Amino acid sequence: MALHKLTLFELQRKFAAGEVSAAEIVHAYGLRIGQVEPKVRAFVNQTKDHAMAQAVELDRRLKQWRKTELLMGMPIAIKDNICTEGVPTTCSSRMLQHFVPPYDATVIAKLRKQEYLLIGKTNLDEFAMGSSTEHSAFGPSRNPWNLQCVPGGSSGGSAAAVAADECVAALGSDTGGSIRQPAAFCGVVGLKPTYGRVSRYGLVAFASSLDQIGPITKDVRDAALLLGVIAGHDPMDSTSADVPVPDYTKALVKKHLRKLRVGIPREFFTEGLDPEVEQAVTAAIGELKNLGGEIKDIELPRTDAAVAVYYVLATAEASSNLARFDGVKFGLRAKETKDLLDLYMKTRQEGFGPEVKRRIMLGTYVLSAGYYDAYYGKAQAVRTLVRQDFEAAFKEVDVIVTPATPTPAFKLGEKSEDPLQMYLSDIFTISVNLAGIPAIALPCGFSRAGLPIGMQVIGRAFEEETILRVAHAYEQAAQWHLKKPPIR
Amino acid sequence: MKIAREQVEHVALLARLRLTDEEKDVFAKQLSQILDHVEQLNRYDTTGVEPTATVIGQVNVFRDDEVRPSLPVEQALANAPDREGDGFHVPKIIEER
Ligand SMILES: NC(=O)CC[C@H](N)C(=O)O
Repeated sequence: MALHKLTLFELQRKFAAGEVSAAEIVHAYGLRIGQVEPKVRAFVNQTKDHAMAQAVELDRRLKQWRKTELLMGMPIAIKDNICTEGVPTTCSSRMLQHFVPPYDATVIAKLRKQEYLLIGKTNLDEFAMGSSTEHSAFGPSRNPWNLQCVPGGSSGGSAAAVAADECVAALGSDTGGSIRQPAAFCGVVGLKPTYGRVSRYGLVAFASSLDQIGPITKDVRDAALLLGVIAGHDPMDSTSADVPVPDYTKALVKKHLRKLRVGIPREFFTEGLDPEVEQAVTAAIGELKNLGGEIKDIELPRTDAAVAVYYVLATAEASSNLARFDGVKFGLRAKETKDLLDLYMKTRQEGFGPEVKRRIMLGTYVLSAGYYDAYYGKAQAVRTLVRQDFEAAFKEVDVIVTPATPTPAFKLGEKSEDPLQMYLSDIFTISVNLAGIPAIALPCGFSRAGLPIGMQVIGRAFEEETILRVAHAYEQAAQWHLKKPPIR
Repeated sequence: MKIAREQVEHVALLARLRLTDEEKDVFAKQLSQILDHVEQLNRYDTTGVEPTATVIGQVNVFRDDEVRPSLPVEQALANAPDREGDGFHVPKIIEER
């Protein structure tokens, strides 16, 4: 079997056994990227030459001494809003087009300690604001299952790269669904950890009370493995939780779901839901029942409010976080400005794209005098109600299963002129961020047009093991993860 | 909520964003639409409900005040759009009289 098709688990085993060298691995991925990348455009910046140099060095050292870490020699793609020392980190924005971070994000330091190989930085909607990668300053990525369709966003480049076998695994970030929605659109696995589970140090901040980094992988086991590496407390992120990191692969041992209560929230199965998605998810719920799960109807009555709450809070936080891009210390600076105010205003005009400007405007508005209570304060209060819905539900059930998105991947250009329609496409993923709880998206079927359909498994805070168990049991029974996109 | 063009201009100044005339018109329309959607939050009674600012329930996280190495000056300045000596160079902000 071609090396690029292997999962992280499989490739690592071959490497650890000395059956393939790191150089052979990078060579195989280099060929694959050469073939498909012109069509998929998952990367903002490829680093395979550097990866090759590292691989050769690794192989040389391993000749004398063979001890392998999980990620050693594994070509991994990183979303381009996660800082990599010495490698540009652009956020797919003109503002940071030439920015080279002087330090590594904590997750990157952890990967580097295991001697992973950075194969490239992946495309995103500018500053992670969007659902399709169409808001990237460097042009959109494509869905490997159908090049006319978006890969989802904002981690669309990472999801497309994993789906097209351009890397063995990837990291993304998820503020309102940016790992799970593109994973669902591209037919791969995406996990958003509990808020605080993974350090955000070195992740370019979008909405700090919602952002989390997480894995995008070819199967559930790989997600468990990669999460185990990146999770944990970090003194550099005061919101990271001091909670021990379990061995997540232990959660994959049980192949049944006996004694497990699975909640199905009726609010997720309403008009806006595409009939093919509904069918696929309903069939998947049937499978969970076959596996021994106890299926229960539940209610999350404030689901309707999630998008509105999110677009107030996320934009408010973004307007504050993005104030740092002022043309003074790093990033773009506009030329020929007459004074400091002019320098700020022109730099931000030239550096930010339309979606980022729209968000900054909205966020500034809802925080401004006279509107703060009506919008920001109100949204924070309704956020509490959304959290309470989940708390109540999790008294009755152990996990909640929903569709990951209301439709399969949409066409490029279909929603890019209508921001509100684009926002509403995140309706199933956003409430999880508001509540700060973990969720995983994984494939559960295909539309007649051949596009992947994703389901979402949501768990209690710090119970990643439970959602991994459910996802893994389902995946092994249903085997959707073995289907590969037709692209070559 | 109807947003007037003057409001867009006011907010843009607060946000330190220069906008073209066209952008002002487009944003006035789009922000109005988005805020109309946000109005539905008023359907929810939130009297007495504590606002959520963060889900983790931590307040302050302290650490010892110890001297540690920080980013070297050259590295800190490496991304500077304009520098002078060991500093960032910016246009004059104090008027001469
Ligand atoms: N980074 C994200 O999770 C983005 C979520 C959502 N699509 C947005 O546009 O904000």
